[in-house]
Amino acid sequence: MEAEAAALLGKYIGAGLACIAMAGAGIGIGQLVGSYLSGALRNPAAAKEQVATLFLGIAFAEAMGIFGFLIAMLLLFAV
Amino acid sequence: MAASEASEGGLSIHPMEQFEVRPLFGGGDEMGLLTITNSTMWMALVLAAVSALLILGMRGRALVPTRVQSIAEILYGFVRHMVTDVLGEDGVRFFPYIFTLFVFILFSNLLGVLPYSFAVTSHIAITGVLALVVFSTVIVLGFVRNGIGFLKLFWVSAAPAPLRPVLAMIELISFFVRPLSHSIRLAGNMMAGHAVLKVFAAFVPALSVFGILPLALMVAITGLELLVAGVQAYIFTILTCIYLKDALQPAH
Repeated sequence: MEAEAAALLGKYIGAGLACIAMAGAGIGIGQLVGSYLSGALRNPAAAKEQVATLFLGIAFAEAMGIFGFLIAMLLLFAV
Repeated sequence: MAASEASEGGLSIHPMEQFEVRPLFGGGDEMGLLTITNSTMWMALVLAAVSALLILGMRGRALVPTRVQSIAEILYGFVRHMVTDVLGEDGVRFFPYIFTLFVFILFSNLLGVLPYSFAVTSHIAITGVLALVVFSTVIVLGFVRNGIGFLKLFWVSAAPAPLRPVLAMIELISFFVRPLSHSIRLAGNMMAGHAVLKVFAAFVPALSVFGILPLALMVAITGLELLVAGVQAYIFTILTCIYLKDALQPAH
């Protein structure tokens, strides 16, 4: 019983810790959009072509956050 | 799960209940290969909506398009532009496949935002199949088009020679993790958004009069979900284009 309770505790703590991944994703997306904007305001003519690249970069940065979310879900429901 | 413990305190939150796949008819829980579930029903509805837009909407073929026809034309032009941008004119032969992917994902994301509906793309089983098809297409096409030279994709000839084996390992790992990240990005985004909506929905009756606050927030989040639905469909499709580009024109 003790061991089971400890395992449950570890599960929930692990799921919470996995959410730290979201901080990384947030920092990454902030950096991306910030540098896109500073570039776009300097040269608005070239900005529109880079929107696709911007979204792509956001997708890659966000993937790391999603992996954290996935690990949290796996800990809560699958382990 | 935690939800059962929380229900004793008066506040019951079941954010994952909405993703349950269950048979529509018969009442039982057992599901065979051909059982009609809520998932398959919503997929059929997606198919019906897409067909209605693209077949019925384009039936007139008017020079000055009606509203429905112009939506269909904008969709077509958008994806066509994306394909030629990334793959070049050579890639237009993959346009039907990429257009199908985009429209299916977009419509299942958008129909999933409807209250009481079922978001087909929130299941990794479904996005996983879509991503695996893209992945195997890239591998087969890469070897058919380039022969054994396709392996040069992993051999970064621009890097200094001693670094190349290390880079090859990294490239190999990042290549094989693609279907995973490709599918989880879509499913995770849809699942997370809908789970957040459900959590806020549980706050509304719990706060009685002040429930108007989470309700207003839910309206805002639904707007955000509409944006996410479009952006995720776009990202899935443009990543497909980029992966296909590896097979058509290995860069390294």
